[in-house]
Amino acid sequence: MNYIKESLLQLFGAEPKKPAKEDIRPAAQEIHFYKKANPVSPEFIAELHAAGHGNKWRNRRWLTLLFVNLLFVLSYQLDIQLLEGALTASRFAGFHMADLNSALQVMLAFKEVVLNLIIGTTTVLIMWILLGGRAFCSWVCPYHLLAEWAEAIHLWLVNKKIIENKTFHRGLRTVLYVIFALLAIVTGYTVFETISPTGILSRALIYGPSFALIWVGVLLLFEIFVSRRAWCRYVCPIGITYGIVGTVSPLRVTYTPNDCAHEGDCRKVCLVPHVLDMTIKGRARDVRVAAGADCTRCGLCVDLCPTDSLRFEFKMPGGK
Amino acid sequence: MPNDVTKKSKKPRLSRKERARREFVRSIALAAGVVGVAGMGYYPVVKGEKIRLRPPGALDEAEFLASCIKCGQCVQVCPVEAIKLADIFDGFGIGAPYIDARPQACDFSCDGLQCVLACPTGSLSHDLNYSHETRMGFARLSRPGKCLAVQGKGFKGLARGPDFDGTLRYDDIDRWNPLPVAEHEYDLELCDLCMRQCPIEIRRSQCDAGKPPSGDTNQCPPKKAIELVSIDAENGVVKMRPEVLEGCVGCGVCEMICPVDPAAIVIDARAEAPV
Repeated sequence: MNYIKESLLQLFGAEPKKPAKEDIRPAAQEIHFYKKANPVSPEFIAELHAAGHGNKWRNRRWLTLLFVNLLFVLSYQLDIQLLEGALTASRFAGFHMADLNSALQVMLAFKEVVLNLIIGTTTVLIMWILLGGRAFCSWVCPYHLLAEWAEAIHLWLVNKKIIENKTFHRGLRTVLYVIFALLAIVTGYTVFETISPTGILSRALIYGPSFALIWVGVLLLFEIFVSRRAWCRYVCPIGITYGIVGTVSPLRVTYTPNDCAHEGDCRKVCLVPHVLDMTIKGRARDVRVAAGADCTRCGLCVDLCPTDSLRFEFKMPGGK
Repeated sequence: MPNDVTKKSKKPRLSRKERARREFVRSIALAAGVVGVAGMGYYPVVKGEKIRLRPPGALDEAEFLASCIKCGQCVQVCPVEAIKLADIFDGFGIGAPYIDARPQACDFSCDGLQCVLACPTGSLSHDLNYSHETRMGFARLSRPGKCLAVQGKGFKGLARGPDFDGTLRYDDIDRWNPLPVAEHEYDLELCDLCMRQCPIEIRRSQCDAGKPPSGDTNQCPPKKAIELVSIDAENGVVKMRPEVLEGCVGCGVCEMICPVDPAAIVIDARAEAPV
């Protein structure tokens, strides 16, 4: 229950709180106590990272993302009819699927739901409960991949001190989520779809390029020159919808503090570093802590961690 | 490893409070920007300058745009590829399907209204089963003076020239595969292409001949859609005017096939039969 509450708070924009001592389980306290007495040296950390790291999860993820989007494209272009439609709604081998956020916008705007949409939404809901909520973002959403590449350019520019990253309040995404929901209800139009780079990109890939891609380009330029990963971090309601689903997902990135050197590189590569707050020295409440539901399960931290302190796990909520 | 932490610059370091204040102001600006851009999508919808011809079974425009999930499954099943998805200039209508009848009309080649069956949200109403039950719009002889039949002229050759991409079902040649219009030559004493190719009229004549489509009499349209009415016959020249009738569903085949450029007969999208 605590995990769900904490996750939702972070998802909606609250900063993670440093746990009070009484909230930390004795076994974890022991680890923290030991670590305080035996700090790791910078040399040791340098040694840990000397070998570099693989990109196992990133590569798997990129391949999956490309494969899923290619399946949409080929299903239509080659008429294999395996995955018909676009990311907003589709049929996989005849079974209805509907993107949860698109379906929600339609339901709010139209105020009626046909059976096919209920079936499609339920199927996709179950699928992403099992696959980890926001895993949709990093493993499927085509904008995410472009944004990752834009992010690499952004970080290079920041590193060269050519630009400075401008941050925004993370609560902004929640405010926009409510605004777009209200706009759908009041105007009766799926207002968010007009600017959703996910829908625009998916349709452009499948049905051919559109002028709407210019908007996607504007977003990418904003992320390169102004604010790192701004759309996914501060704007996109799709992330909140799938994030809420992720609160009850058994698929999570979990952290075991035992071997962690607390160098904090995982938080530096993370799209949503607040979910890795427990990797800060002394913050883990337990000997095993799951990353919050805002986590996109992208696996960058898992790839990077030299001590295997961060791992993918599939466990029923509450299960040990 | 590059990171997110703001590097120390020559500028005096701002207090935590001041930084939070600036971030807050920036956040309001970004929210306003995002909502503003999205809100611009209202303009084309409210203005309603061009009323789109929607696929068969489309709900009323406002309901249609509200319910459409912008997936394009209707696009994928259409055998003549008549359906396109709107671009960002349609505002809130982005990604919603429409038909541009002049380059490619809906000719009901699929018989079963595949787009309606494909629609996951009921934007294309499942209440219809047959082509004659749709009402996408209504045809109108917009330029009677240019109509070949009105002038008493025949038509010989390719209706839309050799480079035209559109396809039509030519029932008598191949019922199951729509053929390029550019491969089909006509030789008509008096041009009657709009009536000759009207999918409703074709169905009616099949039914009259005792051969309803798919052997299903439900496929028989009860009302005529278009007929040629004699206007005069001076000097032995027969002149006729296409008259659009109540059974017209607005599919757009007449507009597509009309050999005059621009077409003498057009579809008024979402129009009802005049009383």
